[in-house]
Amino acid sequence: MQATLIAEQILNGIQFGVMLFLMSAGLTLVFGVMGLINLAHGSLYMIGAFACAAVATATGSFWLGLAASLAAAAAAGAVVEIAVIRRLYGRDHLDQVLATFALILVFSEGVRWLFGAFPLYLDVPASLSGAVTLPGGIRYPLYRLVIIAVGIVIAAGLFLLISRTRLGMQIRAGESDREMIAALGVDIGRLYTSVFALGAAMAGLAGALVGTIQSVEVGMGEPVLILAFVVIVIGGIGSIRGALLGAVLVGVTDTVGRFLLPVAFGVFLDPSSANAVGSALASMLIYILMALVLFFRPGGLFGKAA
Amino acid sequence: MKMTTRRMAAGLAGLAMAALAGTAPHADGLKVGMITTLSGGGSGLGIDVRDGFMLGVGQSGRDDITVVVEDDQRKPDIAVQIADKMVQSDKVDVLTGIIWSNLAMAVVPSVVNQGKFYLSPNAGPSALAGKGCHENYFNVAWQNDNLHEAAGEYANHAGFGNSFILAPNYPAGHDALTGYKRFFEGSLAGEIYTKLGQTDYAAEIAQIRASGADSVFFFLPGGMGISFMKQYSGSGVAIPVLGPAFSFDQGILAAVGDAALGVVNTSQWSKDIDNPANKAFVESFLDAYGRLPSLYASQGFDTANLLVSALAKADVSDAGAFRAALREADFASVRGHFRFGPNHHPIQDIYVREVVREGDVLTNRIISVGLEDHSDAYADSCSM
Repeated sequence: MQATLIAEQILNGIQFGVMLFLMSAGLTLVFGVMGLINLAHGSLYMIGAFACAAVATATGSFWLGLAASLAAAAAAGAVVEIAVIRRLYGRDHLDQVLATFALILVFSEGVRWLFGAFPLYLDVPASLSGAVTLPGGIRYPLYRLVIIAVGIVIAAGLFLLISRTRLGMQIRAGESDREMIAALGVDIGRLYTSVFALGAAMAGLAGALVGTIQSVEVGMGEPVLILAFVVIVIGGIGSIRGALLGAVLVGVTDTVGRFLLPVAFGVFLDPSSANAVGSALASMLIYILMALVLFFRPGGLFGKAA
Repeated sequence: MKMTTRRMAAGLAGLAMAALAGTAPHADGLKVGMITTLSGGGSGLGIDVRDGFMLGVGQSGRDDITVVVEDDQRKPDIAVQIADKMVQSDKVDVLTGIIWSNLAMAVVPSVVNQGKFYLSPNAGPSALAGKGCHENYFNVAWQNDNLHEAAGEYANHAGFGNSFILAPNYPAGHDALTGYKRFFEGSLAGEIYTKLGQTDYAAEIAQIRASGADSVFFFLPGGMGISFMKQYSGSGVAIPVLGPAFSFDQGILAAVGDAALGVVNTSQWSKDIDNPANKAFVESFLDAYGRLPSLYASQGFDTANLLVSALAKADVSDAGAFRAALREADFASVRGHFRFGPNHHPIQDIYVREVVREGDVLTNRIISVGLEDHSDAYADSCSM
């Protein structure tokens, strides 16, 4: 009984981690290639979820909604890059933070104006609903398994894209020396727009996949954004591999900590105070993890040495 | 689309009303400051309270009530700033509107100590009902524990003996589990405090599955409840759930979808409470805003009517007389019976409701009265 519960919690942690990876991959790419801190990344996540909910409700097809989420977030990303972000590359980080924070407000109020303040309906499609029994007798929701699979496929695709394709080569070159690849005749403007749109599409997909089992509402992106920043700091800013490892580490630590800490404190405290102390500590756990990683490896797990 | 336009029109009308009111002369009338959540997550609750309140003020036909509305963004520090501004530069007489207990705790004690009245349309933290009660603080909704106490009582009647209970880790969450445990006679299979604003409940649902409970009681208002219900129904766990109305109010039922059908929840208000005031309220709210009212809207509406009833009897400049008039609660509440206890918290019936489908809309239907003429557990420790 206990073993299956722990196994289920680890699966939950991995699923959470995979979602965080989709969010943080775009964030870390944009920072690595363009040197830009994009606070509005959470808004792209929200746009993905709203696009999926609106299209799924209008057409009755979850899959069309999913496609719409990718398209809407990528389009929003490209438009924002061309209209606003492009002017920020040469500025310092404070200007970038201010401008992208303004974008959060614009997107949040814009979405509220279009869709209203009440949460939207979006549900798991019938073919993916319900639970399946895994080896070892674990009952696990099918949809969460699919999320894990989608996340792994996208992570693998991203690795191939970066290590095997021309775009990937340009991205890697952009990470190591921005001025040089521009001098070599690469259309840097188009490269930046496509990297930004790619990151946006992944955030939008994460929003749609997660919005399906959570609530689709204005402001849903910001809590995830904070976690995504924790992930890329742990993984090393600019590193996709670091983002993947960091995301799974944060996901598993948070989920398992939330479950085990109250139990651990229960050994020497009475149940209600063990619960209070345990859950309070559990919510700090990932930040403690981040502090520890930064203490031993100031540049993050896969980052350049600081 | 038509709904959206109508809603926008209603919102604009509300704004116009507030703007017009802002310039009106303030002779013998009353100035109300409303601090509520109008943007970001949880804004549906504040918008409902505001719309209900504005509807009540509008229907009173009084043009000497001015209302200043500000958005607290669900942040205690912003709420405190707005309260200071409203008291010092807007010179309001009465404050109202706060949704969340942690914001109420940050604002209410300071404004009532400055001699202003505060009418709570939602939050009712235990700290303000017992030792921290104040003669200028009136709660028109409920003391936080009330709906959960009724849920505990219902669980006894339904034959549940082993409950798994969870709530977010903030003042109202603690009040919720305390309230449930005060009336529930069975044992607890587990008790969890989650993070406020948490959206993924996989870890908690796994523990519920492993706990061997025969019932799940949860208090997760707003988006948290939507996430929990969707994930719970997809998890294959079949243990019956029950909770207070906050996760099953009209504003979010559509987002939860069929996962909510048949779930039993407790509320001091329901749209099918049979009295003329309620019928007129539901109809006029639907007419004005193009959507069904939620319990939050009913609380905003009752708050406005309480204020109007007090204003008809006394001028706010005579604080003693105005307070006495508020205490009488001489208005037709949409809940039917309504009066204040010694700590200025409601004594009212709490109903047990069930989520049903009416046409293509999910809504609630009363199945029984959970607790009759119910007061709260803290009234005795209030010395007022």
